[in-house]
Amino acid sequence: MYISTFHLMPHRELPDDFEKRYQSVWVTPPFHELADAKRVGQYYNWTLDELIAAAKAGSDGVCTNEHHQNAYGFMPSPNMMGSVLARATQGLNCAIVQMGATLPATQPPIRIAEEYAMLDSISGGRLVAGMPLGTSQDLNLCYGISPIEQRERYREAHDLIIKAWTSREIFAWNGKYTQLPMVNLWPRPIQQPHPPIWVPGAGSTSTFAYAAERDHCYCFLSYFGFKSASYSVREKYWKVVEEKGRDQNPYRLGFLQLVGVSETDAQAEKDYAKHVEYFYHKMLHLPAEWLGVPGYQDYQSMANSFRNPMIANAFMSLKEKRYKDFLNDGYVACGSPATVRDQLKDLSESLRVGNLMVLLQIGSMPHELALKNIELFFREVAPALRPIWDEEWENHWWPAGLRRKVHRGATA
Amino acid sequence: MTTVTDRRVAVWQKKINVNVKVAGSGPPVVFLHGAGGLEWTEFLDTLATRHTVYAPEHPGTTAGDPDAIANLDNLWDLVLYYYEVLDALGLRSVPIIGHSFGGMVAAELAASNPERVSKLAMICPIGLWRDDTPIPNWMIVTPASDIVKLLLYEPDGPIAKQMFGERNTETVIKTVWSMACTGKFVWPIPDKGLKKRIHRIQAPTLLLWGKQDKLVSPVYAQEFASRISGAKIEFIDKAGHLPFVEHPARVAGLVEDFLLA
Repeated sequence: MYISTFHLMPHRELPDDFEKRYQSVWVTPPFHELADAKRVGQYYNWTLDELIAAAKAGSDGVCTNEHHQNAYGFMPSPNMMGSVLARATQGLNCAIVQMGATLPATQPPIRIAEEYAMLDSISGGRLVAGMPLGTSQDLNLCYGISPIEQRERYREAHDLIIKAWTSREIFAWNGKYTQLPMVNLWPRPIQQPHPPIWVPGAGSTSTFAYAAERDHCYCFLSYFGFKSASYSVREKYWKVVEEKGRDQNPYRLGFLQLVGVSETDAQAEKDYAKHVEYFYHKMLHLPAEWLGVPGYQDYQSMANSFRNPMIANAFMSLKEKRYKDFLNDGYVACGSPATVRDQLKDLSESLRVGNLMVLLQIGSMPHELALKNIELFFREVAPALRPIWDEEWENHWWPAGLRRKVHRGATA
Repeated sequence: MTTVTDRRVAVWQKKINVNVKVAGSGPPVVFLHGAGGLEWTEFLDTLATRHTVYAPEHPGTTAGDPDAIANLDNLWDLVLYYYEVLDALGLRSVPIIGHSFGGMVAAELAASNPERVSKLAMICPIGLWRDDTPIPNWMIVTPASDIVKLLLYEPDGPIAKQMFGERNTETVIKTVWSMACTGKFVWPIPDKGLKKRIHRIQAPTLLLWGKQDKLVSPVYAQEFASRISGAKIEFIDKAGHLPFVEHPARVAGLVEDFLLA
């Protein structure tokens, strides 16, 4: 198993009554009432320091992503963060996992091909190229992208980026959304033919199929934990992978999990309970309608989600839940090193996950506590998880220069 | 009750097989529905007593063919597509009534080829924009049930209960997809250049507006009227954004008078 540290760069100090006083954490929260530019500068630096600390502690990768107009995680440009991280992790076996720049929000999309190639160059070939569709609230509400066109824009941008990376000849791109007369990318990525591609998603079957068809790693970004994802992953994802004629290599799947490690289970509750509740009560405080405005999902997925509103119901009931519920329902893996090890082993086996992403700074968690969590996780938990899958499977969705050797037939 | 029949018409290189609701007898009139989708209402029934009413469903909103919308990229496509629908129905020059989104489409049709639209009746159309009176984006109203406050003069009245009281899942799916398919042409702000083209409208024009329209403010009535030569405005009192639903007889009467004049 490969383990990357994910960071959202959240607002860590929202008022206690935030969710009562404000309509939403996304799109509409008033910056000047809720934040201070100098303090925000501190958040960015803490975020970078925490990710760099994770890399030094042995994290296989560091992940940043793109969101807009919110207090949930406000890195409008993940590549600016990735650039700092690429430089600061020189010499470490740590991938720069951009999860990443949202394709339909970037025009022309070769900008992403260029920036990712820069990151691959600066990092010496350590880039993982995430290709996210972008959320409805980010792209439709904040960036004005027409919801019903978002997936088509995405697919066109994806094809253009790959062609821009791989074509030896100058080419004209005559797309529906982008027309370019002479594409001739400078720089080119070090990794050939191109860096590994990860497709983040929230469990829609059409994205499962898209990733499997193209032989990309699909990354399930769920906040409802591995127990709730288990049906969708086992009964749908791995079946789609098989139907598309791909092998069952666990590294085809990434999964994001919130994790808190402490000396004991009781200490973990003391350390993390309030930050977990802050995360679920404030960071996900937004109108359910904005998660998918009309047209964001294709007709069939939209109809399915109205007929079977599992995710909407889970989302709507978040504020009724407390730390113990989040723990029991597997939304978070928190506890002593032994407890967390068991939970994550269970996760990796039940979902067949090779590329685990852990969120170790959660919501309001202060810098020092985040550093403690990072340190404990990589010292006490990660070493026991790494050998999982290594006997049999190679991580083809990882920078070649950073891959571990597969020990086929070695005894566990 | 009038008999309403469904007529399927294949247009746009036969890629769109649109359903047109047809009823009544007499001279033809076309009705273009708003963002929420086509509902056959008392208003259309009344018109059908003296007219043949043709009410096409917006591409993508015809049951069983949601992906038809993928064949039209932009407003230019949509306008040309509608000329083909009129051709297929044998309507060379015809009065068009359009509500809200359908009103904008009707205005675009009348502006781009004045020969095809003999009379133009717009019921609280979108298509123009004033920074001092922004039109709320109806696709992102939250909670979704609050849409009724923007649409109706009496959000707690009997019409509200009938329309929004017990919406089953399939109705919600239909409405959401209709908003998606119409939204394609106006997201995120319903100003796609009509102001540059509106002066080309030659058809006699009637604007009908709910006096208490909270979605598209009645100030827009004057915005439209001032740009269309000879346009008349009728305000409907105690009506919101759906005056033809809230006062069907009154609005049908005004439209009848306009069509027969």
